[in-house]
Formats: sequence, C-alpha cells, structure tokens
Amino acid sequence: MSAQDLRPVRSTLDWLEERAGLGGAIEPVLDHPVPRSTASWWYVFGSATLALFMLQIATGICLALVYVPSADGAYQSLLYLNFQAPFGWFLRAVHFWGSNAMVAVMTLHMIQVFLWGAHKYPRELTWIVGVFLFLCTLGMAFTGQILRWDQDAYWGLGIGASIASRAPGIGDTLVQLLLGGPIIAGRTLSRFFAVHVFLVPGILIGMIGLHLWLVLRIGINEWPMPGRVVNRETYRHRYEEDVRKDGVSFFPYAARKDMVACGVVVLAVVLCALLFGPFGPHGVPDPTLIDAAPKPDFYFLALYALFALLPPWTETVVILVGPVLAIGALFLVPFIAGTGEKSWKRRPVAVLGVLVIVLTVATLAGLGVAVPWSPKMEAWTAAPTPVRYVQGRTPLELQGALVLQNKQCRTCHSLGGEGGQRGPALDGVATRQTRDQLIRQVLQGGGNMPAYGKNLSPAEVNAVVAFMQTLRP
Amino acid sequence: MTPHSESRRGFLFRLGIGLNVLGAALVGIPVIGYIFGSSRRRADGQSWIALGPIGGFPAGATRLATYENPLRVPWDGATAKVACWVRHIEGDRFQVFAVNCAHLGCPVRWFAQSRLFMCPCHGGAYYEDGSRASGPPPRGLFEYEYRVHEGALWVRGGQLPTLSRPV
Repeated sequence: MSAQDLRPVRSTLDWLEERAGLGGAIEPVLDHPVPRSTASWWYVFGSATLALFMLQIATGICLALVYVPSADGAYQSLLYLNFQAPFGWFLRAVHFWGSNAMVAVMTLHMIQVFLWGAHKYPRELTWIVGVFLFLCTLGMAFTGQILRWDQDAYWGLGIGASIASRAPGIGDTLVQLLLGGPIIAGRTLSRFFAVHVFLVPGILIGMIGLHLWLVLRIGINEWPMPGRVVNRETYRHRYEEDVRKDGVSFFPYAARKDMVACGVVVLAVVLCALLFGPFGPHGVPDPTLIDAAPKPDFYFLALYALFALLPPWTETVVILVGPVLAIGALFLVPFIAGTGEKSWKRRPVAVLGVLVIVLTVATLAGLGVAVPWSPKMEAWTAAPTPVRYVQGRTPLELQGALVLQNKQCRTCHSLGGEGGQRGPALDGVATRQTRDQLIRQVLQGGGNMPAYGKNLSPAEVNAVVAFMQTLRP
Repeated sequence: MTPHSESRRGFLFRLGIGLNVLGAALVGIPVIGYIFGSSRRRADGQSWIALGPIGGFPAGATRLATYENPLRVPWDGATAKVACWVRHIEGDRFQVFAVNCAHLGCPVRWFAQSRLFMCPCHGGAYYEDGSRASGPPPRGLFEYEYRVHEGALWVRGGQLPTLSRPV
C-alpha cells in the first residue's frame, strides 16, 4: 500500500485530532517515564485486574440484555441464558469465572503492592482508594451471587440479614434496608440488581479513574531496594532524579508485560468458561424447599467457616467488630507505616502479617469446603455399618447397632469413616469411655451433644451402650 | 464597575446557590424517604395467616407447613411462600417454629427419629420443643404466635425472624 492510499486515513485522523484532541491527551500518559525497574512481571496484577473489570462490564451488559431482575422471572431467565440464548451459557460462564479471577488477581495485586511498600509516602491515598476498590469488588461479588436467584442466593440473603440483625440498636433497620422489606422477596432482588448493575459499578469506575490518576500523578512505585529508606523530605526529589537518569517510557517498555498479563488472564477466564461452563443456577429459590444446604462462593468460604468455628459467645462481637477492625486496619496501614524501609526483605512484620492472613484465610476456606461441622443428613439411611462391627455380636449388641443407625447418631458420628464429623468418631469409643460414662453422655448430652434422655427408652439406651462397648480397634 | 452591579452580581450568585440547594432538598428528601421508608413501616410486617385445619397436623407429630407472605407483591414468584414447622403437642396446644436457624437463618430440618431439628450450615441442633440442643445458635428456634380459630390453625407471620426482631 502506498503513502498515497493512506492519505484519506491520515486526513480523517487529523480532522478528528483537530477537534477532539484525544491523541494529545493520551500521548503524555503513554509516554510518561517510569523507573526501568518497574517494567517487571511483578507489576502486572493491577492492569490484569483492570482488564478483568472491563471483561465483567462487557459480559455484564450482555447478560442484562436478557436477565429479568424480578423474583418470579430471574431463575427462568438464567435457565434461558444457559440453554437457549445463543452463547448465553458462554457469557454467564465468562462473567462467573471473570468475577472469581478478578477477586483473586486483585488480592494478588494488593499483596504485591503491600510487600513492595507501595502504600508508603507519597502513595497513601492510592492505597486508600485501592482499599475502597477492594471492598467494592467484594460487594460486587456478593450482590452478583444474589442475582443468581437460586437457593444459595435466597438463603445467603438470610445469612446476610442474620448478620445485619446482630448490630445493636440498628439491627432491624439494617435488615429492612438490605431486604427492601420485612422478608426476602421480589423487592430484595430488585434492590440487589440496582446495586450490582448501577450503584457499585458507577462507584468502581469513578474510583478506578482516581486510582489511575494518582498512579500517573505520583509515579509508579519504584522497585524497592533494601536500605533505601523512604523519607518525606527527600523521597520525591530522589524518585524524579531516578526517573530522569534511568527511566523508560511506559509505553511500550513497561506496558508490554502488562499487555501479556491482561491477555493471559482473559484467556484463562475464557478457558475456564469453556471447560467448566456457567455456574448454577442451583435449586429454585422456593423457601418451602428446605432441603437446601446453602454455601457461599469461594471468596466468602473463609467467613462461612469462621461462623461455624467461633465459640457462640464471641460470635456477635467478632461478626460486628471484626470487619470494622479489619477494614480500619487496611485504611490505617499507610499511616502506621508510611515511611521507612520499603523492601520486604527488611520488613519481617509485614511479611509475617501477610503470611498469617493468607494461611488463616486459606485454612478457613479449606474447612469451608470440607464442612466437618455440618451434620451428614443422609448418613443414617445411606451409610452401611462396617461388617467387622456386627460380626460375632450378641442380639442385644446388634439391636444397639440398629438403635445407633435409626436414632441418627451417624448424622454427627462416623463409623468406619462414614458419617458426620461434628462429634467424635465412634470407632474405638469403648476404649475412651466406660459403660457409665457412655450412658450419661447419651442421656444428658453435653460437650456440644444433644441429650437423648427423652428420645430413647431404657431398653434402647441399654442396647446402644452395649453395642458401643464392643467398638474397639 | 458600579456598586450597583456589584451587588446585583452578588445577589445572582447567592440566588444560584439558593435555588440549587432548594432543588437538591426537594429531590433529596423524598429520595431518602424512598430508600429508607421500607425500614420504618414495620408494625404492619406481621399479620394473621391461616395454616389450614388442625386435622392436617396429627397430635404428637411435627410437620412442615407453608403459607403465602401476606405482604406479597405480584412479582414475588416462589419467594412469596414461607415455610414453618408445626408441632402439634395435643388438643389446642401447638408450637409453630420458623424454619430459619437462630444462628444465621439457614433452613433447619426435622428428624423425627432423633426428635431433633438440625441445621445444614453450621451444625446447630434444637430439641423438638425448639430449645437449643447444641451448636452455634445463641437461642432456641424462633416461635410464631398462634391461635386455633374454628378448627383452623392461624399464625402471626410475614417477616424474616432475626435476633433483633424474633417474630
């Protein structure tokens, strides 16, 4: 193609540039110098999060073209998207996996900037805006889960309302505000739709703009060197000096790694969408179908586990004060440690803190998957009694084995590895408790076990204890 | 610039601010009422609802009953339905429990053989009279007010029972 052929293109661009001046506005952004050390693979998580956010907007708008934000139509419209709308299943899958990826990559970004000391002077405000972005993204995750108007969404709202209701004084007002009325119903879904589709995305877009503006204005955090201490008097001067001496223009020197990372995360999401498909909707949101065992999406599994494991008397305090302290701590980080060493190699407390938080959340989430505290509702009809526990037993002991099965002891106690894990496994119980202790435990309960005194006849107690006395390794 | 036009410009500036504040207030106050209004009308969150003839609830048994939310809107769909556990003790003596666990609101299930209500979420358990048996719930099951009228069982319901507003 000759230069002659390109002339119309060039003149059109010139015409646009003369009026809109966009090139003039974008050029300084693309060309702004950044420290050479920041053109690193460690610095790509922020751009990757932004790419995922744009993917969420694009797929979200597409889903909203079909989705019906009404309690009597939402579920049907999701099934329509999954099975009838062309590529509807794909868009739902991308939106779901994109949301998971966005939470995950955003968390990596947050950990990276913290370990690299990017929250320190003069980037405190960038961190604070980032914390808002983090909270808004989690808000999007929760509200999005509700728009998947199924049993998990319905009972998840019940959990949210129960948590809100524990706030002293304003609990009831919070519940009504959350649900849009006295009960989970049509108004609740409309409310969550407005929050998920208009309110929070609007805030997110504005805050992302501010976040990026701050990064441009103050300059991206340089690669921290141990011993190069942040000092309010000298930092900015030194940064500018570094950039002048050894800076590269953002585009393309630093941007090309960002571009690769954005492409990789988007492709990973697409791959997950193709391999695993859309998530849900699960059971119909009919509150009279009570065989539901609601479970949150992965980002809230740790919280879900925490609620099961906290001692009951600490729960209200932890539920109400815990998030305030945690969020408050995030906001205060740049003010507590706003200067000093930046490199994680010289910040043992920061590294240890990150490790403790990551391990705690991961352990709790793992427990949230395994749910050892949940009763196994079907164990009494579905789990067989191991053969070795019935061989050579007397009729009374065999009768006891039946009592143990029929009175649903295995909902909480396992035998031969099958059954609930809420209470201790009964294999070998005879070596731990005497006959009298067993009788007392069955009749009076205690230690988190209900009392069965009223539900068992003396003959049944006699039989079940006789059976348990044979349970030895 | 004459003092006259100076004061006129000052007046226009103040008028501009005043008109916009007035406009913001006239729109803003109803918006606040619109958003928070739902949280104030709560006395009428409850009303009497018939669960059906008491013959449907055999004495000594605990059965699941369902009713329609009295405050339903036409687009509520299935969520207009509410479930509750009815325990017929004997004669006119009943207990009607909300299905929502007192811990975090998950639906509890009744196990007739062990005479326990159990929650699938965090393992709360309740005795047949609704009192707490074990697990994290801070109290027993939420219990609806009921009455027997002309051979039918009625309950006062219509709102989500929570710790701050237990039925």
